[in-house]
Amino acid sequence: MSAGVGVDLENLWIRFGDFVAVRDANVNINGGDFFSFLGPSGCGKTTILRAVSGFLDPSEGKVLIGGKDMRGIGPNKRPTALIFQNLALFPLMKVWENITFSLEISGASAKERRKRADELLDMIALPDQGDKLPSELSGGQRQRVAIARALCAEPDVLLLDEPLSALDLKLRQHMRTELREIQKRVGITFIYITHDQGEALTMSDSIAVMRAGVIDQIADGKTIYNDPNTAFAASFVGENNVFRGKVKQIMGNEALISTNRSGELVARISSANQGKLKAGDDAMMFIRPEAFAIAADGASGDHFVTARVNHEEFEGNVFNIFTEGDGGKEIKVSLPNLGQSFDDHTGQNITLEYETRNAVLVPAGELAAE
Amino acid sequence: MPGFLKEFFNRNGIGMGAAILGLVLFWTIGLIILPQLSMLDFSFRPNLPPPEIGGPKDVYTLENYKYLIYGPEGGSQSYNAVDLRVFFRTLLAAVCVTIFNLILCYPIAYYLGQSKGNHIRIFAIMLIIPYWINEILRAFALRIIFGETGVLNTLFVGLGIWDTPFDFIRNDIALYAGLGYAYILLMIFPMYNVIESLDKNQIEAARDLGAPWWRIHWRVVIPYAKPGISSGCTMVFMLSAGALAAPQILGGPSSLWFTQLIYQQFNDNNDWPQGAAYAIVLLVTCILFVLAMMRLFKVNMGDIGK
Repeated sequence: MSAGVGVDLENLWIRFGDFVAVRDANVNINGGDFFSFLGPSGCGKTTILRAVSGFLDPSEGKVLIGGKDMRGIGPNKRPTALIFQNLALFPLMKVWENITFSLEISGASAKERRKRADELLDMIALPDQGDKLPSELSGGQRQRVAIARALCAEPDVLLLDEPLSALDLKLRQHMRTELREIQKRVGITFIYITHDQGEALTMSDSIAVMRAGVIDQIADGKTIYNDPNTAFAASFVGENNVFRGKVKQIMGNEALISTNRSGELVARISSANQGKLKAGDDAMMFIRPEAFAIAADGASGDHFVTARVNHEEFEGNVFNIFTEGDGGKEIKVSLPNLGQSFDDHTGQNITLEYETRNAVLVPAGELAAE
Repeated sequence: MPGFLKEFFNRNGIGMGAAILGLVLFWTIGLIILPQLSMLDFSFRPNLPPPEIGGPKDVYTLENYKYLIYGPEGGSQSYNAVDLRVFFRTLLAAVCVTIFNLILCYPIAYYLGQSKGNHIRIFAIMLIIPYWINEILRAFALRIIFGETGVLNTLFVGLGIWDTPFDFIRNDIALYAGLGYAYILLMIFPMYNVIESLDKNQIEAARDLGAPWWRIHWRVVIPYAKPGISSGCTMVFMLSAGALAAPQILGGPSSLWFTQLIYQQFNDNNDWPQGAAYAIVLLVTCILFVLAMMRLFKVNMGDIGK
């Protein structure tokens, strides 16, 4: 397989009347990548997908596929195939007719189509199911048929609009692996839309985090998780505890923050904001639940937080402690279950410790809705 | 008692259940089945003056049916060419009206079914309101449009497009227009109901996979809308074949509708048995024709109810 066909969005604006759905998006998607747009519902990610597939014209800017401007080219002429959120299989056509619909349009003979359908059915591990109707298949099977139908058109770019959201949890996790494997096998570019950060992190080569029409950050999953650009990216991707405050002093790539309720704490400034954050700026510090450890009582300093325990819960792989925290908001601490015993701290004050590299500082900004 | 009846009585109570069931049975048996059976009975009896009814001459006979095929006994022709021609022409015309209506209404139903917003409600109201006007008035209104000195002729002759007025009435154009217009709603609404429930993503998926618009309709929309299409076609066909007012008012002088023959038998000739036989032939033929079409297009009886 070739390196695949890349997709570029250049200064893309999409407006619906006064409403700006996508604001000046600039994205370069490498050919053959698994690229995800991650954001809450209504953030404009589906709008971007519709602009790439051709169902929607950008108000400004360009969509380029393989370097070619797609302006004026309809969805039926673009080298893309879209997998819909509800799959949109044709209910009255048999599975094999569904899969080879694109071949039917190009005028292939029934025999040819049948042969191709059987190949694709083998690939999605549904051999001999071609003569069924979509309604006779299970959710996961329908999912795979939708993928086969899209792949049958031999697109350069496969667009997926939250295709796993209708499946139950187990199947969803299984399909993640499967999707990723299919993508590696066919080697074409996948653009994946999701609000589920787990899906985005596990499958993607690159992720664009979107908020209200704006792309906050484009990076690989590890970077997004460990080194977010904005308060939104930090709070939307994974669980995070936020500490609000003002930058007191910059010390190279680290900073001392006077937090509103937890005293002075030290944090690492996120890469994108190094050299930009200044003393006196409003800032937010994020520490993940799993980055805390319980310190000895009485320990204090710029990487210790003292808080009162509200309640505790045992989740299996982790033990969660919820304490009253900054601004009355809860701080969540997740201790990995390694077989140790957990003391009941309910109602007591505990001291939490973190390492500076695990506390990320970004400018104060909008948080993801809970 | 069969299970569904038991459930029906459990749900509604004995009193209410019996009342509902009684009314339904009165409606179907008392008002529909029994009168039709008596019509059937009529159709097999000779037309006798009242004193002879129940007398020795009142025996079952196929005379009335034979009359439609062979004409009066000792007549000059071996077949009842006049009535048979009217019969088949009526059926053919009803088929034409149905096809014409289908072609006209499918795009409207598709548009209504696939657009969102308040203007759809307004369109629907605009389609419905004209039906408040009674059938006769609507038919005469069409005469005003299509008549020799009507709106269309005045317009086209005035513009110099035609030299002499075109006789819409004699050429049956007014009749087809009238019948078509009369049943537009019955064609649009069943189709609209089905198309409205068609997932827009299906259309987009077909388009995304490269399908041109006509193939989207052929492979996705029409198969999905088939129950609505067959329901609409059945109603329009049955009602146009059985229409009376529109042919009476809009038909040309030389073109009789079969229902007009039936009407003549009942009213002018006072020959109820003959009229009943004609009516039953029309009814049975229409039903058989519809069933054959359903078979041909693989439509289930249940689909008609949609």
